[in-house]
Amino acid sequence: MKPIVELKGITKRFPGIIANDSIDLTLEKGEVLALLGENGAGKSTLMSVLFGFYKPEAGEIFVRGKKVDITNPNVAYDLGIGMVHQHFQLIENFTVTENIILGDEPHKWSIVDMEVSRKRVRELSQTYGLNVDPDAKIENISVGMQQRVEILKVLYRDAEIIILDEPTAVLTPQEIDELMDILRNFVNEGKSVILITHKLKEIMAIADRVSVLRQGKMVGTVKVDETNEEELAELMVGRKVSFTTQKTPANPGEIVLDIDDLWVKDQRGLDIVRGLSLSIREGEILGLAGVDGNGQRELVEALTGLRPLEKGRIRFFNDEYHHISAEERTRMGIGHIPEDRQKRGLVLDFKLFENMILEKYDREPYSKKGILQFPAIRKKAEEMVETFDVRSGEGIDSVVRNMSGGNQQKAIVGREIDLEPRLMIASQPTRGLDVGAIEYIHSRLIELRDQGTAILLVSFELDEIFNLSDRIAVIHNGRIVGIRNPDQTDEMELGLLMSGSKEYSDEENVTK
Amino acid sequence: MKKTLRNNQLILSLIAVLASFFVAIIVMLLTRLNPLHFFVALIRTFSGYDILRGNFNPRYIGEFIQTSLPLILTGLSVGFAFRTGMFNIGAEGQVIMGSLGAVTVGILFDLPFYIHLPLAILAAAVFGALWAAIPGILKAKFGVHEVVVTIMLNYTALYFNAYILKLLPGSDNQKTVDIATSALLRSDFLRSITANSRMHWGFVVVIIAIIAFRFIIDRTTFGYELRAVGFNPSAAEYSGIKVQSRIVYAMIISGAFAGLAGAMLSLGTFDYGRVLYHFENYGFDGISVALLGGNTGLGILLSGVLFGILKSSQTMMQSLGIPLEIVNIVSGLIILFVAMQYGIQALLRRLSKRKEREDGSI
Repeated sequence: MKPIVELKGITKRFPGIIANDSIDLTLEKGEVLALLGENGAGKSTLMSVLFGFYKPEAGEIFVRGKKVDITNPNVAYDLGIGMVHQHFQLIENFTVTENIILGDEPHKWSIVDMEVSRKRVRELSQTYGLNVDPDAKIENISVGMQQRVEILKVLYRDAEIIILDEPTAVLTPQEIDELMDILRNFVNEGKSVILITHKLKEIMAIADRVSVLRQGKMVGTVKVDETNEEELAELMVGRKVSFTTQKTPANPGEIVLDIDDLWVKDQRGLDIVRGLSLSIREGEILGLAGVDGNGQRELVEALTGLRPLEKGRIRFFNDEYHHISAEERTRMGIGHIPEDRQKRGLVLDFKLFENMILEKYDREPYSKKGILQFPAIRKKAEEMVETFDVRSGEGIDSVVRNMSGGNQQKAIVGREIDLEPRLMIASQPTRGLDVGAIEYIHSRLIELRDQGTAILLVSFELDEIFNLSDRIAVIHNGRIVGIRNPDQTDEMELGLLMSGSKEYSDEENVTK
Repeated sequence: MKKTLRNNQLILSLIAVLASFFVAIIVMLLTRLNPLHFFVALIRTFSGYDILRGNFNPRYIGEFIQTSLPLILTGLSVGFAFRTGMFNIGAEGQVIMGSLGAVTVGILFDLPFYIHLPLAILAAAVFGALWAAIPGILKAKFGVHEVVVTIMLNYTALYFNAYILKLLPGSDNQKTVDIATSALLRSDFLRSITANSRMHWGFVVVIIAIIAFRFIIDRTTFGYELRAVGFNPSAAEYSGIKVQSRIVYAMIISGAFAGLAGAMLSLGTFDYGRVLYHFENYGFDGISVALLGGNTGLGILLSGVLFGILKSSQTMMQSLGIPLEIVNIVSGLIILFVAMQYGIQALLRRLSKRKEREDGSI
């Protein structure tokens, strides 16, 4: 049988780099093909070529055996190719149905036929087990649901070949499982899927074959049945990768941070951290596990001066705080790796060296009498970039927006470690990064711990929590519902705690 | 890279200017006007040299410089706010308030010139700054968008100015009495070397303002904070920068630049306070100047000069049969092409790629 899509010798250049170097790729009908590679390996570029966003310098594309010239996304749609982008393109105050039909509305006498539209959306949703309410407004549904709306947009346009770009980056573990079921339904209905990812676990769970890209070149295609995670990681990175971070048992010292009965409000003014108590010692990593939206973000923001404390007591070493400002945070010796590096952690339009002093710009020797001291700043930035292996096109003069996600994150981690913090609050420190960068950041955090720093690790990835933590605290509904030793618990118990199951909870006063 | 980026901005602005001239030529041809007259007028305005008659008159040079000065200052005003992520549409009103401050000090006080003149200029800057502080504070405290407030304050300034000026001793319905010479920027020397143009010492103030703009934005920690807030307020907040107060300070400095433009007009060009009943568009033109100048000190200087030439060439254009609407068309087109810069950039990339391919360099 002819493959449904065949790419031959695709070459795409950008100034200074070859993003795709003579790449061959085949997609069989009814299979899930994973496209694996580190950030910047050329996966998204290749798929953008297939979807008509980029015109390749060389190479041919065959769809259902016919040579085609995909000049723009509309041509791709006509060929039955649909793409679910990593960043959603939805209108917040439109309903699910309105978003889906936008641009291709069923109409009667020039009037949009909402009845037919809703019916169509409901049918599609049922066929593939998407479970989306056609009348809900986008702003009121979860990120996972929004992604399903994006998927429905593609299905609504009768796509036979569905490309998903890093679909799990924004999902919780439960949502990832559900997405995997949806993909299985696609295959059962005879559709073909290309899954762009760098998460090995997902590939092993869902894909039939994996094509691996490294630095713009295709390094191999393997059947999932005949490989394992270690081999794939090696193919992707080009060297052996260790999954479990090596670390010695923790050597906890005195209590660094002691939180007692903390209350914090969320954006809408509702209590979201509700009487949380927790303490962290020198030289230990405390992992905070929990489902997104249980108060983690607000807790971290309160501890780092980005959100006011409503009630409760925070003791940092011997000082008590009822209010922390962001400026105070760095002076107290609290490092913060924020969960959204592009929103909080970096000024994307600043150059790298300007970002490296984001919290120190007004201190000597970087500033004297209100004047920036560029030689000192540049020297420091060079030093940090060297130490933390931050790579970029033009060194410290690179505009951060043009750097890869992994290097952006390394820059933040480096900058925060350089503050020599007594407490490091690491929020999703490896979200969206590839194995190489994850390995690096994990080892730096453990190094920091071994130097005696207390680390609060907030993560939605249980693997990461298990890998790094010396103790695991589970947050649910704004409180800590259990503290476990990683050796004496498992994913199942944590999962139950995270979902609020009372049987396992340590709390006597869990809200009835 | 640093260099190519800057050159890039310069190239984009040049393309915008040339493209708008090109379209203007087409418009003139279509309306049976002689485009040559347009360029004759432009060249004469900035060089003083009349190609048609072959004579030279330095008065035109003095006049275009004099016209450029307030435009450069309002360009700096709008540009400074832009760099901090704000859109100061209120430079118009801040110019009027600055002018009012200068006139009031110029008329009411009797001081030696070395105190009187600096005091009058300072008053202009302070009046402009305070006027701009209002939208700054409203934005910082209550999140009111600065565009709405500044537009309304433009009208408030217009009528407030008329009211106060008429209260000053000796004013009539059109203007005040002459400002004391000790507070004027006028210079008999500069006038004499430019064949009696209205050229005045204000260019010294403008040069200092440009240097101050660049210094504050690029060299100071304060400028670093402002740029951080302008690019990404969330990251600025994360790093401990007091975002709200920076917004207020940025507006104050922006307003001070616009206020100085008011001083150029009342202390330099006119020598008396004018009761205005409509806007003169110095503030709005400042938006164009800042956009074309890429919000940098040097860029604003160049684009301010260009808009100054266009503005001051209008009378001569009319005498050559080119209606002043043509100049307005050119100014409008320049902004249109600047706004299209992403498209132009993409076009440039495509052209350079084609060239590379032809050269076989890839």
